[in-house]
Amino acid sequence: MADIKGTQLIHEYLRHNKKFPHVFCAGCGHGIVLGSLIRSIHGLGLAKDNVCIVAGIGCSGRLAAYVDFNTVHTTHGRALTFATGIKMAKPNMHVIVVMGDGDSMAIGGNHLIHAARRNIGVTALILNNNIYGMTGGQCSPTTPAGSYSMTTPMGQMEQSFDCVELCTAAGANYVARGSVFHVNKLDSMIMEGITNPGFGVVEILSPCFTQYGRKNKFKSPVDMYHALKSKVTPLERFNAIPEAERGERVPSGVFVKKDKPGLEEKFYEMAARCQGGE
Amino acid sequence: MSVKRKGQSKVTIFPDWCKGCGICAAFCPAKVMELNDQGKAVVIREEECINCGFCELHCPDFAIMVQPKVDDEIPAVCRALLKKASLPDAGKDEESIKEKG
Repeated sequence: MADIKGTQLIHEYLRHNKKFPHVFCAGCGHGIVLGSLIRSIHGLGLAKDNVCIVAGIGCSGRLAAYVDFNTVHTTHGRALTFATGIKMAKPNMHVIVVMGDGDSMAIGGNHLIHAARRNIGVTALILNNNIYGMTGGQCSPTTPAGSYSMTTPMGQMEQSFDCVELCTAAGANYVARGSVFHVNKLDSMIMEGITNPGFGVVEILSPCFTQYGRKNKFKSPVDMYHALKSKVTPLERFNAIPEAERGERVPSGVFVKKDKPGLEEKFYEMAARCQGGE
Repeated sequence: MSVKRKGQSKVTIFPDWCKGCGICAAFCPAKVMELNDQGKAVVIREEECINCGFCELHCPDFAIMVQPKVDDEIPAVCRALLKKASLPDAGKDEESIKEKG
């Protein structure tokens, strides 16, 4: 399997007994994230049995059903708590949590900040499509102010969450933001997130045309990808632009990279110390 | 990165998996693909393909495969899909003709 690449590689990692094509709408970025996740795991050379994908509820939750790893499809917002348990029981397992923006920052917001505070060694992929896609297009904590959704037909008035700032402030070891348009960079971010010790967060900007795009004057999924291409700016270039000229630009890249040991490492070290002392 | 030469690659689209989002056709630098009247992506100028890999990486449905023309070693899973892709509706047409006849 070493010499195969691209789509051939992805087909090797899918559960072909599941119903394909997958449930995502035409042009949904989640499919691209699924491909990127598989390429990253293959690129790191991890065994299928050594990887556990934990997913919550929503469109992003479906990702776990299609891949041939150990997978758990959990309750809404509690993906990180299940992942914490798995990681503490099996510290050598690579636990990857796939969450949507609602799953991670709305109902699971408390779990996210505490997982970051604890620095538990799991990697969280937050698929941010600015909307609750599967439940009918309600506004989510990341819906930008002024944009339209099913529950804000006159425009969103609330301020939105910045996932990167939230996780940085809470103390995550690795924080990055990528987009589904810049796939090669996304692959490297996911790989780095998995290998870095402690809690890693990769926020992935993934457009939702069906629920968000159609209400916000995008004519086709392609328009959303064009917007993503023009908005997403590498962090170094973003910092060089004066604040008044930044406009709608979104910085992407690695924001935080620390080497602090994860909670499970500390725990097993303490357990060994206690056993040795008795 | 491989050398970008035209005409070295074979582009295959699995029509059963394609949902017709149009990302491949819109962003292809060589304009190899187009959406047909059924809204599915079709290869129209395969000889122009420079094997940049954009379509393969960005297809959310894993419906596009770009491979070297000389490469015969295709995994069994993909071979089954390729067989299906090359004869998308042939069987159905024959059956419908028989029924009508």
